[in-house]
Amino acid sequence: MLAYLVKRVFQAIAVMFAISLVSFAIQDNLGDPLRELVGQSVSDEVRQQLRDELGLNDSFLQQYIRFIGNALQGDLGTSYFFKEPALDVIMKKLPATLELVFGATIIIIGLSVPLGVYTAIKPNAIASRIIMGASIIGISVPVFLTAIGMIFVFSVELRWLPSFGRGDIVHMWGPWSTNFATVDGWAHILMPSIALASIMLPLFVRLIRAEMMETLQSEYVKYAKAKGIHPFRIYFVHALKNTLLPVITVGGVQIGTMVAYTILTETVFQWPGMGFMFLEAVNRVDTPLIVAYLIVVGFIFVVTNTIVDLIYGLVNPTVNLARMGA
Amino acid sequence: MSLLSVRDLTVKFAMRDDTVTALNQISFDLAKGERLGIVGESGAGKSITGFSLMNLISKPGFIDNGQILFDGEDVAQMSDKALRDMRGNRMAMIFQDPMVTLNPVLTIGQQMVETLRAHRKLSKAEAAQIAIVKLREVYIPSPEERMDQYPHELSGGMRQRIIIAMALLLDPQLIIADEPTTALDVTIQADIMELLLELCQSNKVGLILITHDLGVVSQMTERTLVMYAGRIIEAGKTREIINDPQHPYTQGLINALPQQTLPGQKLKQIPGTMPSLTAIPRGCPFSPRCQYAVENCRNTLPEVVQYAGIEVACHEVKRLHNDRLEQSA
Amino acid sequence: MSSLSTNTNRPSRLARILNSNMAYSFRRNPVAMVSMGVFLLIAIASIFAPLIAPFDPYDPANIDIMNSEFPPVWVDGAEAEFVFGTDDQGRDLWSTILYGTRLSLIIGLCAVGLQAFLGITIGLLAGYIGGRLDSLLMRLADIQLSFSTLMVAIIFLAITQAMFGSETFNQYAVYFLIAVIGIAEWPQYARTVRATVLAEKKKEYVDSARVLGFGPIRIMVRHILPNSLSPIFVISTVQVANAIISEASLSFLGLGMPPSQPSLGSLISSGFDYIFSGSWWITTIPGVVLIVLVLVINLLGDWMRDVLNPKLYKG
Repeated sequence: MLAYLVKRVFQAIAVMFAISLVSFAIQDNLGDPLRELVGQSVSDEVRQQLRDELGLNDSFLQQYIRFIGNALQGDLGTSYFFKEPALDVIMKKLPATLELVFGATIIIIGLSVPLGVYTAIKPNAIASRIIMGASIIGISVPVFLTAIGMIFVFSVELRWLPSFGRGDIVHMWGPWSTNFATVDGWAHILMPSIALASIMLPLFVRLIRAEMMETLQSEYVKYAKAKGIHPFRIYFVHALKNTLLPVITVGGVQIGTMVAYTILTETVFQWPGMGFMFLEAVNRVDTPLIVAYLIVVGFIFVVTNTIVDLIYGLVNPTVNLARMGA
Repeated sequence: MSLLSVRDLTVKFAMRDDTVTALNQISFDLAKGERLGIVGESGAGKSITGFSLMNLISKPGFIDNGQILFDGEDVAQMSDKALRDMRGNRMAMIFQDPMVTLNPVLTIGQQMVETLRAHRKLSKAEAAQIAIVKLREVYIPSPEERMDQYPHELSGGMRQRIIIAMALLLDPQLIIADEPTTALDVTIQADIMELLLELCQSNKVGLILITHDLGVVSQMTERTLVMYAGRIIEAGKTREIINDPQHPYTQGLINALPQQTLPGQKLKQIPGTMPSLTAIPRGCPFSPRCQYAVENCRNTLPEVVQYAGIEVACHEVKRLHNDRLEQSA
Repeated sequence: MSSLSTNTNRPSRLARILNSNMAYSFRRNPVAMVSMGVFLLIAIASIFAPLIAPFDPYDPANIDIMNSEFPPVWVDGAEAEFVFGTDDQGRDLWSTILYGTRLSLIIGLCAVGLQAFLGITIGLLAGYIGGRLDSLLMRLADIQLSFSTLMVAIIFLAITQAMFGSETFNQYAVYFLIAVIGIAEWPQYARTVRATVLAEKKKEYVDSARVLGFGPIRIMVRHILPNSLSPIFVISTVQVANAIISEASLSFLGLGMPPSQPSLGSLISSGFDYIFSGSWWITTIPGVVLIVLVLVINLLGDWMRDVLNPKLYKG
């Protein structure tokens, strides 16, 4: 177990190292920090002097080491636009994105398991056919169109739900303010969460259904029936536990996609999260903020992937955690 | 009264456009504590027979006709609840391949305890105690430790022992064992069979042993059914069938045993292969492979007749028997 | 000998699959037939867009800002000239959709072509050569797969756009999109092809072909590749649908096709600002076209998966 953990952590560090290299390369080539600092109207001499002072004439390696050193201390540069430390800017936006992802994840897990299991157990029922039909439409509608469609119906036509922003949020702790404390907050987060879940949910329903149907064909399920085990226990203990293994793997892969979809969802709903901020930063060529976003997103991605791998190892008894670490 | 009485059991499979008959009017009886062997090549319908006794045929198969009277009740007509109460409790099954029979994500203990608790009101601790006793009966070393292990941590032979222990958990009246050693190493096959025989005898449990191996049948069972293309073609006391088989197919099976072959000789295989269920020939299904077949065999299906104390489905049984007597005389 | 017979049997076997089983189930499956019909209709309409479209949306001489935001003809205040109305710049929406669909399809198909080329080549190499190269390539595939394509594409295109500036970026947007979607998804193909290669490599005919002195490339392309065709077909349909969605998403974010040369995604994006003011059609109509296009491809993919039932590589 410990060896496995150590190996996973090393892998995570390696990926973070690669991300930091890419990020630094971007920082080095994108935009001109000097212009942001002093503008255009400075003589070449002063310019050179400033470059020396800022260390911009140092070797790539020296600059990279300095970059890493600063990053490890939480210093990812100062946003050109906000004139604030880039990390602080992101930390202020992070809770909004995390709450959105949380809402969507609840919808995905809460619905995909029962729907997937039901359609696998009763493949010919009318309800199953409807669910499967809806799921193929679901995977065919891009997230941003689901979002626009919902805004059009529920905000523009029916005027039931707000179309942008977070609404009334309640301050919780540090940079974290929550949507889940007020009715208005719930109303604001409802559509963005559904939109973010809209393409993942049918994907998982189909995946769980396919895996479950395969598992239900297995010898051990037939054997459980031959032992007189109740169907409920067969479905939800014997079959579902085996079904979840590949689902967890796919779930880990989908985390990155989820982050990408937050950018789309936040753009449509003008949700004040990291994704929306990232696109604005790109339009403003706010290099430190872009780089900080990459590193923070990369970090979240690496951490969640590592956690998913560990969960997989815990759920699946045939993964010998100790041996995998070797 | 017999424990099990099967009458005219017919099992079909629904195909794209029509149905295929996998079992054709099977009838046989089994007394309490009796051990019966069902022999035949793969595809003869042995396993389907075993599963239909539990009413556990997978789709698209279904019991089309017939009765399966088990302890006076018709298994083919039972409700789901009644079937659940019977399965694993009064009638238990041992599957072919122990590597895929146990659920890989549940411990041995979980899988044994759940079986007990599905049929008896027991606490988990009580159930575990019974399970450990049964594991000891099948000579599992340190059974307490095995309870917490997952199937993949155990060898195939060990797993099959555990499955035998699970079959015995609720002291059933009948155990159906479907090729219980085919998937195992040759070296442990005999051990497992011996164990099964010993436990059936000491617990007075009825056994239906499904196998392609006549040698195993001769050691394990009192009576034998020989199946071919979904029908029973010969049935009787095991000793008599082994010593003096009446059906040319059974004779072929016995002659093909390696023990019947002198060193350096070729194995005497039956020529040809068993027909697929979608293309069963007219008349006697064995006729295309039978060296004794005459015109009548190719046209009409032979009835089951009593001959020399054996039930046999062969038109020419009398002539062949007399020929053999003349030859040996 | 066995290699000769398999050699002559191989194409005919494939032809038989395509002719009998697939055609049979196709005729019996109304969903597949309708989907195929709709897909062909969209494909033909977009191929012949320059002939069908009443206006050329790329020609500024055709565009009059005074014509902007006319509704479709079945709504009050419409101009008969513009069947589906006009967009915010005064372009005929019907013509713009035709050209936009054409772009979306071209980008989707080319990107998947690139994926397939890279993936099949890498998969064949990894499976056939095996050893260190195999484990290296498959490790790479794992890493590549664990990064979301859309995320990588967003970051790559965002940085590219910031570096080159919008004008240069817009000029080459088509190529950027094809490249980024095409490169990111090769592992899907590589894994499946590799699995087939490993399965086929053990078989007799590959050995005999080798004994007969056929080169590895010939063996791979003529003997092994045909066996991976059905999974490749199934993957490709799903991938085209995904590529079209990815392209639309990127263009919607302003990281793909520019408004002057809109794909369906950028058209939807430019119309989004107007749904609050009541001009719903600029977003809705291209949105419906996009959904229908992706849906019929997905339905065809589902049908093909049912018929061919290939062993797809699972995570």
